[in-house]
Amino acid sequence: MATEAAHGAETVEHAAGTGLSFHPMDQFMIKPLFGDGAVGMFTITNATLWMFICILAIIAVMVLGTSRRAIIPSRSQSVAELAYGFIYKMVEDVTGKDGLKYFPYIMTLFMFIVFSNFLGLIPMSFTTTSHIAVTWVLALCVFLGVTILGFVKNGVHFLGLFWVTSAPLALRPILAVIEIISYFVRPVSHSIRLAGNVMAGHAVMKVFAGFAALAIVSPVSIVAITAIYGLEVLVAFIQAYVFTILTCVYLKDALHPAH
Amino acid sequence: MAVEPIQEEMAGICVDAHGSAIGMPQLCGEWIPNQIFWLIITLVVIFFVLSRIALPRIASVLAERQGTITNDISAAEELKRQAKDAEAAYEKALADARAEAQTIAQKTRDEIKAKLDAATAEADAKIAGKAAESEKVLAEIRASAVESVEAVAKDTAEAIVAAFGTSADRAAIDAAVANRMKG
Repeated sequence: MATEAAHGAETVEHAAGTGLSFHPMDQFMIKPLFGDGAVGMFTITNATLWMFICILAIIAVMVLGTSRRAIIPSRSQSVAELAYGFIYKMVEDVTGKDGLKYFPYIMTLFMFIVFSNFLGLIPMSFTTTSHIAVTWVLALCVFLGVTILGFVKNGVHFLGLFWVTSAPLALRPILAVIEIISYFVRPVSHSIRLAGNVMAGHAVMKVFAGFAALAIVSPVSIVAITAIYGLEVLVAFIQAYVFTILTCVYLKDALHPAH
Repeated sequence: MAVEPIQEEMAGICVDAHGSAIGMPQLCGEWIPNQIFWLIITLVVIFFVLSRIALPRIASVLAERQGTITNDISAAEELKRQAKDAEAAYEKALADARAEAQTIAQKTRDEIKAKLDAATAEADAKIAGKAAESEKVLAEIRASAVESVEAVAKDTAEAIVAAFGTSADRAAIDAAVANRMKG
């Protein structure tokens, strides 16, 4: 273990020798906020801090922003209503009326992801959704919730999801295998898609920022950072949207397993 | 190259001696339980904040707004209906007034016509009376003229007879003249 660490240190030393030092992944490190001790399960870390800021931001928009309950909404109230209407309509359109019961859960996922993504775009901040551990928990919650819900609501009929009755009988077992594999791959793709997108964007920005140390290429790299940042703003919203709408699609499968 | 001595407390599975990450921090097992723990806390807090406070509030605001809009629309429709009714009533009153005016005009016209007819008839009658009277007077005048002619004829005949030198009998002359005039 120690040799590995020493080797890592050496490569950094080499890189530093040329005047350029790239540490694009350092921004994703978990650090304790107080003291330098090891990161235990309950340690208050930068991840904790930014999750807490995320809660505060959600409260600011969704609770404080709507506190006047105005018929003619203020700006923050409009934003809260817009978010509400956006997700509500998505759940209604994708899962149907009977999916609206689960709207608060989906809203929770969406608000957490979208706020984390945007808070992560603040320079020097920490992006909680760039960690596979976080998105994995989110995706696993959806996967387990949807699977359990499917069996509770439909019983054995939920397995009809894997038995494609519209296909010729001979093909059905093969399709069933494919369907089962794709079903179990869902949480993996669901979580990696979000974390991967967010992490890649942030890492790329850091790489360009590393190049900015060279005077010749610094204008190019700054322009590139700006462009990537713009792209990341889009990605921040789109990935939250994609995660949410996939959750709705999986929920629809659980409620109406027939193809 | 002199490698700095590794600070044992800094370096671990995930962090090298310089405080940089080794590999992907995302895959560092040491940091995973911490994130999962705080994530679950965060999600529970967000869920309760949203489902207990924010979402019911927004839902009620939206419902209230929908209600207000519906009420306003129905009120506007009511007012529109009233306006239409008022217009219809106005139109009806106008038509009635027009019809009444027509009737009154017709009646007046008829009355005037009747009066006129009566006056004409009266005038006709008067004219007829006058004409008859005149006729009578004319007949009388004519009759008296005939008498006068007879008297003049008798007188003239007597004078002619006298001029011839013979005296004639008055009665004979009268009879002769009368006889002649009848003829």
